[in-house]
Order: sequence, then structure tokens, then C-alpha cells
Amino acid sequence: MERLTETKIPVKGLWWKLTGLVLVLYSVIAGLLIDVPQLPVIHQSIRNLFYHVCMWFGMFVMYGTALVYSIKYLARYRLEDDLYVSGAVYTGLFFGTLGLLTGMLWAKFTWGDFWTNDPQLNGAAVSMMAYLAYAVLRSSIDEVAMRARISAVYNIFAFMLLVIFLGVLPRLADSSLHPGKGGNSSTMEGLDMTMRMVFWPAVIGWILIAVWLLTLNVRYRKLKLKIHLNQTQS
Amino acid sequence: MLELRQKYAINGILLYVFSTIFVVQLSFGRVIDDTTWIALFWIILLFAAFNAVSKSFVQESSARRLYYFTLASPVSVVVSKMIYNALLMIFLGGLSLGIYTLFMGMPALGMALFLPAFVLGCIGLATAITMVSAIASRTGNNAALTAILGFPVVLPLLLLLIKASQLSLSRSVADIQMLKLLLSITLIDAVVVILAIVLFPYLWRD
Repeated sequence: MERLTETKIPVKGLWWKLTGLVLVLYSVIAGLLIDVPQLPVIHQSIRNLFYHVCMWFGMFVMYGTALVYSIKYLARYRLEDDLYVSGAVYTGLFFGTLGLLTGMLWAKFTWGDFWTNDPQLNGAAVSMMAYLAYAVLRSSIDEVAMRARISAVYNIFAFMLLVIFLGVLPRLADSSLHPGKGGNSSTMEGLDMTMRMVFWPAVIGWILIAVWLLTLNVRYRKLKLKIHLNQTQS
Repeated sequence: MLELRQKYAINGILLYVFSTIFVVQLSFGRVIDDTTWIALFWIILLFAAFNAVSKSFVQESSARRLYYFTLASPVSVVVSKMIYNALLMIFLGGLSLGIYTLFMGMPALGMALFLPAFVLGCIGLATAITMVSAIASRTGNNAALTAILGFPVVLPLLLLLIKASQLSLSRSVADIQMLKLLLSITLIDAVVVILAIVLFPYLWRD
């Protein structure tokens, strides 16, 4: 029977959670108050940059974490690592959903439609499908160690292909509505100083919040797993 | 070789390809534009691949799996499965191409460009679905799961293939854009094969 070790949170303490909270609060308030450059088409909706793009940052950090812990699990078979993998995937899915919703809202007001045929959007849709498939795969295996191993394999496999897909395909495409791809000028270059002062703190803040959610998720499900293992033992 | 042991399997897939193309012909008529032709062809081939290749691990009995386990190393098992499935897929794809041309006509594809993309695509579909089928075979309800797990994995490949086929419509000699596409398809194929070789041993043991 595999034993569960004590919860080791990567970074202990309250300070980083508070930092995350403060940064997110700051970005929400400042994002609505600061002067933004007047650009054609997007106008004031450029403020959505502070919310929409941060969701994707949070999601990618979570999926990256899931990949690292998948490799760790296959290297040393500790159930704790598997909890991190699945926790990171679930948190990443949560952030991905928020990113899709904020993005759809933004798209409706700037491009005139909730969904456009854009390589970036295709990538987002495929990665959502891949990780939902991961969730289905997990729920279809009952045995704990087996579930951890098989789903770690699938996670690595899907992630690698997604990286190629997200990295290669938008650059091959002739046109994209998203900035910075397909010959469009990048918003990051056009981003003026005041916007940067809100944007990067917002990104860091949301990533910290994502990590916090991940640790909460892992601790909760570790308790559930302990109960499950105790029941099956007795 | 699974298909030789179970004759009905290969016959079923052949009949599936034939009837799908026939349905396409009935519903679209003979005249469709070139983009639709390409899209339909790859969709037909995608589902044929799922039907044909997903059998490779799913339909093996657990006793036979144990027998392979004692006999061969996991890497040689997965490599042989992938080679076999790639050949099967190229055969199946060529056959579908023939039947499809017979029923639906053939747009002016630059064959020198279409065929490499076609062969690479068949190899990629076959290897990716082989791996996914290996994952799905370790779960309870594997028939549906192969499709669910496999779809996000093969979709990037499929989009690249459709794009490459569309490019081969308008030209007959390779240019830089076409080479880039073919190179990324090759890259995906290579990554799938490498990942399968690295990851399969973890799936194989109990």
C-alpha cells in the first residue's frame, strides 16, 4: 500500500497568497481606472487585456505544472505527485473556461462574433478538449495507482502535441485576428507604460492565485484519498 | 497480425470505407468544389483510421497480452504495432483514394506534393491512434474512449493535412510554404513515435 506523505506546499507561508490577492485587486481596480490609449476598433475594451490574457497565463502555468508532476510520477510513483497532476489540470480547466468566456465576450464586441475561425481559438478549443478527455480518462479507471499511471502517460502525450500545435500552427496560418500572430503587429509592443504597470502585476497575481487554488485542491483531495485508502484497507 | 486472424475486421473496414464514400456521393452528388473534396476525403480517412487502428490493442485478449509480455520487450511491441498500422493505413488510404476518385472525381491536385503529405498523414494518424488505443485498452470501456482521447491528439495533424492538400491544389512544385507544412507534419510524426517509444513501457507493465 502506498503511503501518503505530509503535505509539502512548495512555498510555505501566507505572504505569497496575500501578494496574489493584493495584485489581483490592484489590477482589477487600476485596470478600470487608468487611462488607456485610444486605439481603433478595440477602444475601451482593451481593458479586457488585464483579465482575459491573465487567464491564459494562469492556465498555461497550471498545465506546465501538470506536465512536470506527470514526469515526476512516472519517475518515482508517488500518489502525491498524481494529486498535483490532476489538481493542476482541474485548476487549469477552470482558468481556461474563464479565459474562453472573457475572450468570447471580447470577441463579440471587437470582431462582432462570439466565435471566429482563428488559429488561436482552434488551439484553445483543442486544448480544452484534450484536458476534458483527460478528466474522462481518469474517471473511467477505478484502481488508484493504475489511474495515476495511465493518466500521466496520456497527459504527457497530449501536452507535447498541444505544444507543437499551439507553437507551429498559428505561425503557419496566413492571418489571425489575435495580435502578434500572422503579420499583425503585437499589442505588447504597442502597450504603453501605464498599461504595462497594470498588466504584468495582474499576470503575476493571477498565477499566484492559481497556485493557491492548486494547493487547496490538492490538500482537499489528499484527505479524500486517505479516507478512501483507509476504507479499502479495513 | 490481428487482421489476418480476424478476417471480418479488415472486411468490415473496407465495407465501411466503401459505404461512407457511397453515402457522400449520394448526398453531395458528383460535383463538389475542390476544398470540400479535400475536407471530406480526410474526414472519411480519419474515421476509417479510428475504426481500423483502434483495434490494435483493444481487441487483443488479456491472455495474448500476457503472452507478448513474456515474449518481447515493450519497445519492440509498440514499434512493430506502429509499423504494421502505418502500412495498413497507407494501404487503406490508397484504397479509399481510389474508390473516392471513382465516385467523386479528382480535383487537379499536384500529385508530387499531395502524395508525400498523404503518406506522412497516414503514418501520423496510424501511430497516434496506436498509442491512444494502447492507453484506452487499459481502461474498462475502451471503445468510446479511443475516440475521445484520440480526437484532440490527431486534430492538429488533420488541420495540417487539410492545409497541405489545399496548397497542393494550386501548385505542382514545392515552394517554401509547402515545405514548411510538410516539415511540420514530419515533426508531428516524429514526436508521436518518440513519445510512444518513451511512454509505452509505462503502460505495458502491470
